[in-house]
Amino acid sequence: MITTTTTTESQPTSYAEQGNAPVRPAKGMKFMGAAANYVDERTSISGLVKEVGRKIFPDHWSFMLGEVALYSFVVILLSGTFLTFFFQPSMAEVTYNGSYVPLKGIDMSAAMQSALNISFDIRGGLLFRQIHHWAALLFIAAIGLHMLRIYFTGAFRKPREINWFIGFVLFILALAEGFTGYSLPDDLLSGNGLRIIDGMVKGIPVIGVWISYLLFGGEFPGTAVVSRLYSLHIMLLPALLIAMLGAHLLLLIINKHTQFAGPGKTNNNVVGVPVMPVFAAKAGGFFFIVFGVIVLIASLFTINPIWNYGPYDPSPVSAGTQPDWYIGFADGALRLAPPHWEVVWGGYTVSFNILVPIVVLMGLLATVAFYPFIEGWVTGDKREHHILDRPRNAPTRTAIGAALMTLYAALWAAASSDLMATHFKLSLNQVIHVMQFLTVIGPFIAFWITKRVCLALQKKDREIVLHGHESGRIVRLPGGEYIEVHEPLTDYERWNLVSYNEYEPLMVRPNARGVVTPIERIRASVSGFFFEDRISPVTKAEIEAAHHDSHAEIDGGPGGKH
Amino acid sequence: MADHDDETPQAGSAVEKSEPLKVSAGTAVIPTDPFENPGEPAHHLRVTDIDPVEEKKAARQVSTLFFASIVFSCLAVAAYIAFPITPGDTGSIRLNNLFLGLGIALGLLAIGIGAVHWSKTIMPAREITEMRHGTRGSDATRAKAAEVFELGNKESGFGRRSLIRNSLFGALFAFILPGVVIFRDLGPKVDPNVVLRHTLWKKGMHLTLDPSGTRIKAADVTLGSAFHVIPESLLESEDLLEEKAKAAVLVMRLNPDDLNEPEGRENWQYNGIVAYSKICTHVGCPVALYEQQTHHLLCPCHQSTFDVTDNCKVIFGPASRPLPQLPITVDAEGYLVAQSDFHEPVGPSFWERDRA
Amino acid sequence: MKISPSAKLASSATKGARKSVGAKSKRTGRRSPLATVSLIVVGLLTTGGAYALFTSTATAETSTSSNSQATVNEGKKLFAANCATCHNVNGSGTEAGPSLVGVGEASVDFQVGTGRMPAAANGPQALKKPVQFTNEDIQAMAAYVASLGTGPSEPETKYLQANGDTAKGAELFRINCAMCHNVAGAGGALTQGKFAPALKGVTSKHIYEAMLTGPQNMPVFNDLNITPQEKADIITYLKYLEKNPSPGGFELGNLGPVSEGLFIWIFGLGAIVAITVWLTARSN
Repeated sequence: MITTTTTTESQPTSYAEQGNAPVRPAKGMKFMGAAANYVDERTSISGLVKEVGRKIFPDHWSFMLGEVALYSFVVILLSGTFLTFFFQPSMAEVTYNGSYVPLKGIDMSAAMQSALNISFDIRGGLLFRQIHHWAALLFIAAIGLHMLRIYFTGAFRKPREINWFIGFVLFILALAEGFTGYSLPDDLLSGNGLRIIDGMVKGIPVIGVWISYLLFGGEFPGTAVVSRLYSLHIMLLPALLIAMLGAHLLLLIINKHTQFAGPGKTNNNVVGVPVMPVFAAKAGGFFFIVFGVIVLIASLFTINPIWNYGPYDPSPVSAGTQPDWYIGFADGALRLAPPHWEVVWGGYTVSFNILVPIVVLMGLLATVAFYPFIEGWVTGDKREHHILDRPRNAPTRTAIGAALMTLYAALWAAASSDLMATHFKLSLNQVIHVMQFLTVIGPFIAFWITKRVCLALQKKDREIVLHGHESGRIVRLPGGEYIEVHEPLTDYERWNLVSYNEYEPLMVRPNARGVVTPIERIRASVSGFFFEDRISPVTKAEIEAAHHDSHAEIDGGPGGKH
Repeated sequence: MADHDDETPQAGSAVEKSEPLKVSAGTAVIPTDPFENPGEPAHHLRVTDIDPVEEKKAARQVSTLFFASIVFSCLAVAAYIAFPITPGDTGSIRLNNLFLGLGIALGLLAIGIGAVHWSKTIMPAREITEMRHGTRGSDATRAKAAEVFELGNKESGFGRRSLIRNSLFGALFAFILPGVVIFRDLGPKVDPNVVLRHTLWKKGMHLTLDPSGTRIKAADVTLGSAFHVIPESLLESEDLLEEKAKAAVLVMRLNPDDLNEPEGRENWQYNGIVAYSKICTHVGCPVALYEQQTHHLLCPCHQSTFDVTDNCKVIFGPASRPLPQLPITVDAEGYLVAQSDFHEPVGPSFWERDRA
Repeated sequence: MKISPSAKLASSATKGARKSVGAKSKRTGRRSPLATVSLIVVGLLTTGGAYALFTSTATAETSTSSNSQATVNEGKKLFAANCATCHNVNGSGTEAGPSLVGVGEASVDFQVGTGRMPAAANGPQALKKPVQFTNEDIQAMAAYVASLGTGPSEPETKYLQANGDTAKGAELFRINCAMCHNVAGAGGALTQGKFAPALKGVTSKHIYEAMLTGPQNMPVFNDLNITPQEKADIITYLKYLEKNPSPGGFELGNLGPVSEGLFIWIFGLGAIVAITVWLTARSN
């Protein structure tokens, strides 16, 4: 990062002069000054404050989604810490004698017992369990929405590809945190979830059985897995998460925030509100709002009633056994494999009914993780991009996103096939067949439709730029002809519609040695796939030509500036 | 976007000295005659900017919200005391949860909404423009950094002394190995491929009810019944859950004429009473949804469906293999007993499953 | 071969939905083998049933003549008017409905008392609907059907008081019932459009009778599998759930993680997104 200060060049020399009355010295000022001096002499924090304190953040609702994730995570840390004071990560067998009547006298693990005690015997314990779990669901949902925003606006382009990847790692870590946490109470639901993991792991060729054996410390369910997952859940995974989060935020500060295209906004500036005080107040207030919403939900709505599920026992299972929503897509993938996909080759069993779903999931995740690098390679664009794309102006990217979303949604929905069947009065088998169809064909349909819609919207934008808005006013021309008057756009409106990136398909050209490399050939065909269908932004010449036409038609109509 | 801006730097701003480094735009189309950025539109003043009464009102609202927050937080403390938990009374927990939660939530929300309202109505609304610098370090900085590395290389001889370097790489790789090996004892020393093949069932083992462990008379298993069954020795087993996870069985009685037993298994049933492993051959959920008219068994986790009349063959869903059948008969007193253990490993498939 | 009386209970259950199975086969074709199978089952059971009555150690108390002849006659009339189309005038069953010989009072009280019979339309299974008859009429029909052949009678009221052992009932419920009906009795899906209904609001008597007679595709849980006292325990647990709403607040249908996930996306994240819009909107 370059250290030359530029703020002074674009702003008045003193912050206080920016339209604010000079700060009135208050009573506490002297003490504050002394304290600030004390700290700065020991930390040189003034440099940091100077650097970051008036940093500019653009204002847009979708830029707050990452913050929702961050704040949910803080809530998770706080509530989780409270829970650790009471939770016992042990699978030692005990007989429950707590206050929940329908489980009295039942044998269970110490983990389940302590989770029940948190729920039934500690004031606020149930509230904090519910806060923790609801916040976890919100955390991952917010990450998901945040990723969609980044993707569809192209915010992952240079220089932010690495930060996208870090974000992806955060997403995976969040999933791991979620799953390990879901398994801790050792209730019937989470136990069956672990059983499914055990079955999946055993399906891995060659080493599957051994991995399962080591994970569970012997045969499933064993007596080790809860304490092992607990170590991961409260130590290793949060540590990694916080480290990655730090890197994520540091890169955000270094790269500065992106902004939507608009008048006055360029690739070389960032327009918005300063951290001190406006953004700090908004973001700080927003933390309390997110926290408040989570606590509100937790005080009103039950989540994961482990007392209904009872302790884990390998024999029973509940109808509607599902993982938490964020693992749903994996569970759905397992459900969709058709029967008899297992083969025995040379005496060894290969479970394609498990391997194919795993490969599909890995493929989906890998595409997400590496998409920025793929698109960067295809366009060959090495410039920095700080202005966001409107989704319609990158039709192929938007269509790929829609296809991946459809795949994800189909897998996700498949995980609730049984509930869809009962609630919409359908046949379970038909629901699954429909989901199989959607998983395979849906992404292609979504791709095609989305791309066509994007191109159509771009065409509409061109139309508006060239001919103005339809005003609804009908005018009769001297010749007797009726036409509708089109209001021309203001400069500001036009700027939003004409200022976007356009790429053309790559032409295969021989390199310096006169050969066309196979890689280049692939790149050219992928580039063709991306940019063959495109609508160019309106040029000045086109606008002038259009105006010329309309001037000829409507005499005295308000003309454009050009 | 960028292409337009490169040519039209904004309003008096000094472009970064390091920035105008020309990099490839790839296949981007650079317009020859770009539009001009019209610049920021005029700033609109808010009511609170113009009307001091409104500003005062907004200020009052903000402080009211903060005061409300104090009240709600105090109410949460009061709720903590006023709604104790009575053991055994879930209603008391419900009240505790509700009012403690509402107090905390409203306290938090009032702070949040107050702060946002403050920033939106009273703090300056004018947007500020800050210039970006290129992310890339300036050439001078990069040269300096390269110099640091070169100096390090030169002084240490890292590049030159290949023996030192390569042995270091080797050492760094080798030091990880103990860290891998040490995880072997996460699991016990026996080979899982052997353990997975055996359950508690053996010749003469009584079928008993889950969870009571009561023996079952064949005559008691009436047509259309489904009995959830465990081996009699399970309740004394040390590894109760591990053994149950393999040995759980569902006993059903069908009309003997409905059963199509494969060759060699005609005697595995007793008068239409059949016993099948409850552990799904897909990923191991208990398959226990027995439809007594269609004779289908459904797994609630991934919807694999097995046809009991046809040796529990898979007729729907992701499972591949039929549920293993437990051969049963009756003892002298008419109680159901196993003829032997399962003849194949129960539960999910694994790599060496079909090895002898 | 000996066939016990409760074997006949099973046949009664088979009858419950046979009509629908047979009807569906007209539409889908591939269902007809099942219809044939169930017809055979029904035929075998009804012919052999009566002779096997006294040889069995099993179960449900049976009653043949506890009802007065007048009630039986009244029931016979009602039966002829309302049931005979499908179940034949003497209750021996037709293509459209199974034989009711030996299904007992309990079956009639459950099927008619929950409105499942008379069946409204063909479907994967007979659905619960408003009850079509008065209590006296149902008792009369039950008495008539009971007179056709011995079957399980209605449960003793002492088992329906919901005063048994809640914890034991909960454990038995998880092992024997939860896989279809969900741990909180919220119901669940079965194959081909069939489902296990939610248990909230079902009367103790009907829960008991369902366990005893195994209506439609539900397996039979005779008194040697789950004893009358254990059935009472299960009822106690279900009534405990009804009386004690979740301490955590609204239950979201007790459907587990799916409803929780939908809730957080639609209402949780929805509310937060609405707040972000307010947060970043320019104030006037």
